[in-house]
Amino acid sequence: MSTMSARTASTRTIPLSRLVPWLLAVPVLLLLGYLVLMDNGAVSQAGGYLHELMHDGRHLLGVPCH
Amino acid sequence: MVRTLLVRGLVLGLLAGLVAGVFAFAAGEPRLDEAIALENAAAAQQHGEHAHGEHAHGEHEHGEEVSRGTQKAGLFLATGLYGLAVGGVFALVYAGLRGRVGPRSDGALALAAAGIGFAAVIVVPFLKYPANPPAVGDPETVGSRTLLYLGMIIVGLLSVAVAVTTARSVPGGPWARWPAAVLAFVVPVVVASLLLPPVDEVPDGFPATLLWQFRLTSLGTQLVFWASFGTLFGWACDRAARPERPTVAA
Repeated sequence: MSTMSARTASTRTIPLSRLVPWLLAVPVLLLLGYLVLMDNGAVSQAGGYLHELMHDGRHLLGVPCH
Repeated sequence: MVRTLLVRGLVLGLLAGLVAGVFAFAAGEPRLDEAIALENAAAAQQHGEHAHGEHAHGEHEHGEEVSRGTQKAGLFLATGLYGLAVGGVFALVYAGLRGRVGPRSDGALALAAAGIGFAAVIVVPFLKYPANPPAVGDPETVGSRTLLYLGMIIVGLLSVAVAVTTARSVPGGPWARWPAAVLAFVVPVVVASLLLPPVDEVPDGFPATLLWQFRLTSLGTQLVFWASFGTLFGWACDRAARPERPTVAA
C-alpha cells in the first residue's frame, strides 16, 4: 500500500513564472471586496445603494459602515 | 495548478461566506434590529420637525432606499461575495507560500495560513477598532475610520511578516524561536495600537450589553468564516494531494 508520497519542498513549490500571471486576479478580487465592504457610491456610481444592500453584512463583518 | 487552487479558493470561500452568513443571520440580526430601533428613536428625537430640509439634492439619509427585509437577504450576498474575494486572494497567497514557508503538509499549511490570516486581518483591527452596530459611530468620520481600520490590517500583515522572518532567523530550539516569533508579532501591533488615534463614538446611553453582544457576534461571524474556510480548503488540498485517488478540484 502506498501511503502519501514524501515530497520534498522543491516539488511542491509553484514557480513564480507560473504564479505571477494569476496575480492579475488580485486587484479584481480586492475591488469586489471594496464594493461589498466599503463603497458608498464613489466607485460604483450607484449612490448609497450598495451601502444599503450590504448594510447588515458590513456591520456584522466588522468594517466601519457609517 | 494555480488555476485549480484559485477555483478551489473561490468556490470554498463562497461556501464558507454563506455559512458565516447563516451564523450572522441567526446570532447577529436580532442585535442589529435592536440597534436600528435605538437609532431610529434617536433620529426621530434629534431631527424633530425639520427632517429633510438640509438634504435638498435627493441625497438619501440612512435606511429608506432598501427595506430591512432586503437588507437581511443582502447579508448573505455580502458574506458570500466577501468569502469569494477572500477565498480567491487566500488561494493565491497559499500558492506562493506552498513549498517556501510553513508546514510541509498541504492541509496543515492551509489551516496555519487561515489561522494566521484571521489573527492578522480580523483580530488585530478588531482589538483597536471593534465593530459597531447601527446608532454607534458618526457618519461624518466614516472615511477616516475606514482608513484607520485598513491601517490596522496592514499593521497585522506586516507584523506576521516580521514574526515569520524572526522565527526563521532566531537560532536555538523551539523554546527560543516561538516566543521570539510571538513577540515579533505582538510588539508592533501593540505599538501601532498605542500610536494610532482612538475612536470612541458610542452615544451616551447606548446599552453596554447590546454593544458587547454585537461586537462578539461580529467577531464570531468572522471566526465562523475563517474556521470553515480554512478547514474546507485544507481538506480539499489534502484530498487532492493523495496520489491514489483522482484529483478533485473542489
